[in-house]
Amino acid sequence: MAGKNLFDKVWKRHKVRTLPSGQDQLFIGLHLIHEVTSPQAFGMLKDKNLTVRYPSRTYATADHIIPTDDISRPLADPLAEEMLKALETSTQEFGIQYFGPESGKQGVIHVVGPEKGLTQPGMTIACGDSHTATHGAFGSIAFGVGTSQVRDILATQTMAISKPKVRRITVNGVLPEGVGAKDLILAIIGRLGVNGGLGYAYEYAGEAIDALGMEERMTLCNMSIEGGARAGYVNPDQVTYDWLKGRPYVKDYASMVKYAEEIKSDSDALFDDEVFFNASDLKPMVTWGINPGQVVAVDEKLPVVESLPEEERETALRAYEYMGFSENEKILGKKIDVVFIGSCTNGRLTDLREAAAVARGQKVAESVTALVVPGSQEVSLAAVKEGLDKIFIEAGFQWRLAGCSMCLAMNSDKLQGQQISASTSNRNFIGRQGSPTGRTLLVSPAMAAAAALAGEIVDIRKTGAAS
Amino acid sequence: MSVPIKEFSGKGITVHGNDIDTDRIIPARFMKCVTFKGLGAYAFNDERLDGNGKSKGHSFDDSKYQGNPILISNANFGCGSSREHAPQALMDWGIRALLCESFAEIFAGNCSSLGMPAVTLSKSDIEQLQSLVENEPEMKISINLETMKVRAGSREWTASMSEAYRNALLDGSWDSTAVLSQAYTEIDRVAGELPYI
Repeated sequence: MAGKNLFDKVWKRHKVRTLPSGQDQLFIGLHLIHEVTSPQAFGMLKDKNLTVRYPSRTYATADHIIPTDDISRPLADPLAEEMLKALETSTQEFGIQYFGPESGKQGVIHVVGPEKGLTQPGMTIACGDSHTATHGAFGSIAFGVGTSQVRDILATQTMAISKPKVRRITVNGVLPEGVGAKDLILAIIGRLGVNGGLGYAYEYAGEAIDALGMEERMTLCNMSIEGGARAGYVNPDQVTYDWLKGRPYVKDYASMVKYAEEIKSDSDALFDDEVFFNASDLKPMVTWGINPGQVVAVDEKLPVVESLPEEERETALRAYEYMGFSENEKILGKKIDVVFIGSCTNGRLTDLREAAAVARGQKVAESVTALVVPGSQEVSLAAVKEGLDKIFIEAGFQWRLAGCSMCLAMNSDKLQGQQISASTSNRNFIGRQGSPTGRTLLVSPAMAAAAALAGEIVDIRKTGAAS
Repeated sequence: MSVPIKEFSGKGITVHGNDIDTDRIIPARFMKCVTFKGLGAYAFNDERLDGNGKSKGHSFDDSKYQGNPILISNANFGCGSSREHAPQALMDWGIRALLCESFAEIFAGNCSSLGMPAVTLSKSDIEQLQSLVENEPEMKISINLETMKVRAGSREWTASMSEAYRNALLDGSWDSTAVLSQAYTEIDRVAGELPYI
């Protein structure tokens, strides 16, 4: 009999029952909440006279609206202050652990969960945030959900969900120098399309995936949703266990590892679909359009609309119009105004190290505003210990406080007018970075740092400091 | 339990384009709120208004479509964020059902949780319906979830949607909390058997 994959095994362990609609009722082992998508859920709970069923399985932090320059209370923005207060009140009222800005433990929820050791192999995880897939890096199955589901999980610790199919994406070979997890996931989305993952969860496997560190695996899984997949995961291994060992919420290391080994995909596991990539073919990637699938290698020219599949042409035309770019133009040398290094995709310590290695001893171009926003207060502290903050500040980057910041610009960090940013975040949607006409080029931390220095998109493989 | 939704009919409003993402439906800066009330005013905000607050002629501002509850758009509608603010904003504006070529998955689930049918038709059917509605905005469209037929004037098309969402709307279990709450004993049993709880 053929083996089972991790997704099926974890699903089976957490399935409560089949609902009359045909969906499954799935137990959620870890529920993460933040200030934007939870207040309405608490409101609905109160309207229905319900309480939180498993308060010890929900953890909260504040990230989206947190200013990165001054977090003294009350926050300068009264709406942000109101949202922060609502989260403080609700978590207190229902006995939920909250990592607030004063705790020294606050940060982007998808950075905080793993670094606390809350995220562990074989868990089902949900959060009212599409980048919840990040946690799949640890061999958990993690879903972004809407506010009604946040309410359901608070009330029952379960949610109604249809089981997706599983596609294994095998990446053979070794990633070349200067090419990392961000480039890999952008290449995957570029090839499979922004809705290529519809109906699927992705298992990432193969030599190149095994070689990735935990932070890189998080970057990879983080953007699964940008390819339309409901979740993405990597099987747990010694890299996973070593990374988690000693973290505050890893209470019983041995039993965690035992469970992880049980739920790993079997070597003869079956998948609904398989896709293969060669790591050695990959190059640093840069998005040029208005969704993450509109991406080219740094040395490629922008595509000719006529050469694209028919269903992509309309969006491509719209992208050219919005971005002000032309077919056949090079992305290399494209002038940028702003650099943003941070977010749940690339705001972790290794990301900051990668950017700092490029920035060390150099200067940010005069025309560029460059921000480094650590993913959490703990990341910030660790970076300061290594002197990364100094490297950035001396090079002319702004060193900010932890939060989501310019990834989606719900605080005061925003693009102005038609500015172009080189950003390590996850979405280049129209208006995403705070200006309705702002433009975003998604890149890796090294590519972003290099762009900050040059004032334009450069090829990290040629400018050095890629390692 | 919630109210079963077997059929919905009303006038249409068209929005053209593939991959219309949640940031376009409701830009993040309008999500600074603790309730969903009033979000409709900001639905498609940056598509509707230019930098000076002047109308760009979006269908949501077109007088002929005001109050029309069936949104007709194209492929991969609602991609991007899991924010329920997106369907909530559409609902607050007055949308009660969506007809598209396809939907992003989380978005479709969010619509279902709100009792808002998100139904798909083929590309050519959607395009045909869009031009019909644009020529005749007063025309009534009916969506029958039992027969999965969409009708407008003398035309009829075969529609589809996720079977689970369809069942939930038909049997009135789309407001899922009540249904999920019926299984507390089983929930506790599953939790008890997990090694990490």
